Parts: sequence; structure tokens; C-alpha cells
Amino acid sequence: MSTSTKQPTNLEEFLEGIWRQNPVFVMVLGMCPTLAVTVSGFNALGMGLATVFVLVCSCTLISLLRKQIPKEVRIATYIVIIATFVTLVDYIIQAVSLRLYEALGAFIQLIVVNCIILGRAEAHAAKHPLLPAVLNALGMGIGFTLGLLALGSVREILGVGKLFGISLFGEHFQPWVVMVLPPGGFFVLGGWLLLFAWLAKRKHPHPNPLPQGEGETAPLRVLAEKGAQHGK
Amino acid sequence: MSTAEQQPILPPDITSGTRLVATLGLVTTLCGALIVAVWQITLPAIAANKKIVLERAVRALVPDAASIIDFDATPLGIHRASGDAAPGTVRFHAAYDAQGELQAIAAEGSARGYTDTVRVLYGYRPACECVFGMKVIQMKETPGIGDNVATDADFLANFDSLDLALAEDLKGLAHAVRGVKHGTKRFAWEIDAISGATITSKAIGRGINDSAQKLLPRLLPQLAEVKREGAVK
Repeated sequence: MSTSTKQPTNLEEFLEGIWRQNPVFVMVLGMCPTLAVTVSGFNALGMGLATVFVLVCSCTLISLLRKQIPKEVRIATYIVIIATFVTLVDYIIQAVSLRLYEALGAFIQLIVVNCIILGRAEAHAAKHPLLPAVLNALGMGIGFTLGLLALGSVREILGVGKLFGISLFGEHFQPWVVMVLPPGGFFVLGGWLLLFAWLAKRKHPHPNPLPQGEGETAPLRVLAEKGAQHGK
Repeated sequence: MSTAEQQPILPPDITSGTRLVATLGLVTTLCGALIVAVWQITLPAIAANKKIVLERAVRALVPDAASIIDFDATPLGIHRASGDAAPGTVRFHAAYDAQGELQAIAAEGSARGYTDTVRVLYGYRPACECVFGMKVIQMKETPGIGDNVATDADFLANFDSLDLALAEDLKGLAHAVRGVKHGTKRFAWEIDAISGATITSKAIGRGINDSAQKLLPRLLPQLAEVKREGAVK
């Protein structure tokens, strides 16, 4: 049996984070900003773009320096690099829009401990050349942004009756205020996760054994395999 | 004999301490240079943005102002503001009409609310020794509950004529401004809290009180100088 694995193409690297390993709906990572700042589409987009910037810049630098960074100090080096780009994005957001800066609050600084970024640095950028590392980071960042937008837009529409500040239902709309409160984040995230689980089940109705084909989600496969082992 | 037995066991690669320190030093130097460069590039835009936000709040309070001059009230006296306000200094904004007459004073107050600090700008009219308006300039209060302090018409009516009269010794307010539970307001220096947002409402009262207790004893003895600045601007 051959143990060689097929190298993913550049397009596959890019698309991985957007769908197959979407950080929000498949890997369920970065939940702190996902639940806290998605009270509106504007906030979600701002946090998503800030994370894309940090992801792409830090993975670029880490990929470029990967052969020079000794393994003993790699985590310390990655943290310094990530913290640097978080500081830069903090300054840039303040310079571009104080309204957005105040809306995102401490969650801009907390990007530094977002496990998506350190995870990408350690699992991908440190082992791949520049182009695949950048494409993978960009795809992950866009996937994260789409996840935040999916939550933010639903919460803003139901909780305020607006989308990106534009009123959708007129002045007689009775807002469902709980949606812009913390419990609303959990309700909407739960709804989206249910949808993704249903889609995955619909595509692969027999979880064990899961086909190794295109479109399977790695975490779901791992969970299914663990479930099967416990069942034995 | 297996292949594994034929190969000698090699010691693991150990990176020298000098290389580890050099790598960390290089990366931190590079990152430090990046941070300082971007900070210097963005600093003017950040300062300009903060100024715009503050000016908008002042103009919203005093829409007819033709010019606004910033002052610092220090324990030693009042002078035109320059740079960042020093600790212990209260910065205020004097709004003048087209003839250079002082219309109103706007000053900032802040206090801890339910989730974070609530910063407000309040308008003060020396003629009536009262607050005539209030704008929230920064808060992270609960959406739909605490953040109603910025929009609730009944709550904002508290600041149409909130008493800020000085005591006879001119060392502080005659009556401390304070927030009270909804429906229990009795005096002109009290703020009727929003039901369900009492903590935020009281924070605004505390912020205005703390600011006014420092500012007004310094401002009123030198009010004539502040008026003159409008004429000579």
C-alpha cells in the first residue's frame, strides 16, 4: 500500500479554509470573537478583515523564515510575529475608523490568542513554501470572515431589523433583542452548526465508513471514527 | 538483520544557544522596527480621528458655535490646550458665536458603567450654572438595555437643566450630581435613571459630578479670561 499523499493544488489550498475546514463551522475555532463581536454585519466584517490581515502577514513571514527558525524557539517566535501584526492592525483600525475600533473593543488585541492563527502558523506556514502558505492563510481568513458575517448578519437582521445599518423592515418591526445579546450568539451559532451538520449528513448518509472523497470534513470524519471505536 | 539494526543511532540535532538568541534577537528587532514604523505613519491619522469625534460631539451639543477653543484647567490656572492633557488637568472646550461671545462650555466626564467605562461630553452654561445637554462618546454597555442612555428621550431630558451650581466657598458643587432610581428624582441635581439600566445611568451622573467638581472651581474664577479668548482668537 502506498503511503504517498497527493500534494494539494494552489486552488485546494485556498478553498480548504473557506469550506472543507471552515474555522467557524467545521473546526469550531476562534469562538471568542465569533460570539462576542458579531452583533452586526459591520463589526463582523471588520473583525474578519483584521484577522485576514494578521493571518496572511504572519503566515507570510513565518513561511519566509521557516528554515531559519530553530524548532526550540519556534512558538516564541511565532507569538512575537503574530503579536506584531495584531499591534499593526490595532493602529491601522484606529487610523481608519474609530467607530469600528470602539465597536470591536478588546477583541482586536485578543486576535493575538486566536488559535486559528497560531494553528495555521505551526501546522501549515512553518512547513510550506510562501505561495501555498499565503493561499492557505487567505482561504482560512476568508472562511473565518464568512463565518462571522453569517452570524453577524442574522443577529443584526433579527435583533435590530437592519443589515449593515440599513433598515430592512420599516419602523413597525419589533426587534428580537436577545439576538444582539450574548445568548443570541449561541442561538445563531447553534443554528448554523445544525445546518452544516445536516448538510454533511445529507452528503454522507452512512457515517461509518466515511468515503474518502471530495467534500468530507476532517473533524467530522475523526469524530465518526472515534464513535465507531467506542461502539466496538 | 533488519534495516533498522544496520543504521547507527545518531544523536539528536542540538541548536546552539547563540543561534537561538540570534534568531529571537533578529525577529524581535524586525518586529520592533515594523511596529514603530507603522505607529509613526498612523499617529497623525489616529489623532485627527479622535479630534473629529470630539469636535462632532461638541458641535452636536452646541450646533450654533462659530468657533471652538480647547483649554486646560490646571490647579495653577487656565490656559489654551496644547498636546495631550497632563494628569490632574481637566480639558474643556469653549464654544463661541460669530461675534466671539462665549456660548457654552463642553467638558468630558467618565465613570465605570456596567461593562466598561462610559465617557460622556456634557454642555455647561455659566449663565444658569447648569448642564444643558449630554452626548455619550464611548460606551460598551449592553445593547438594547444599557446603551439606551444615548437615545432615551426621557433620560436625556435629565440634562436639559441639570443643576451644577457652585457652593459659596467656590471649592466644589453645592450639591453633588447623582443618579437615582427611576421615578424617585426630586431635585434638579439628580438624574432619573432608566429602569433596567440604573448602573449605566448612575455612571453618567458620577462621571459628570467628578468632572464638574474639578473643573468648575478652576473655571469660574477665570471665566472672564475664557470669554476674552473668543474675542482675540
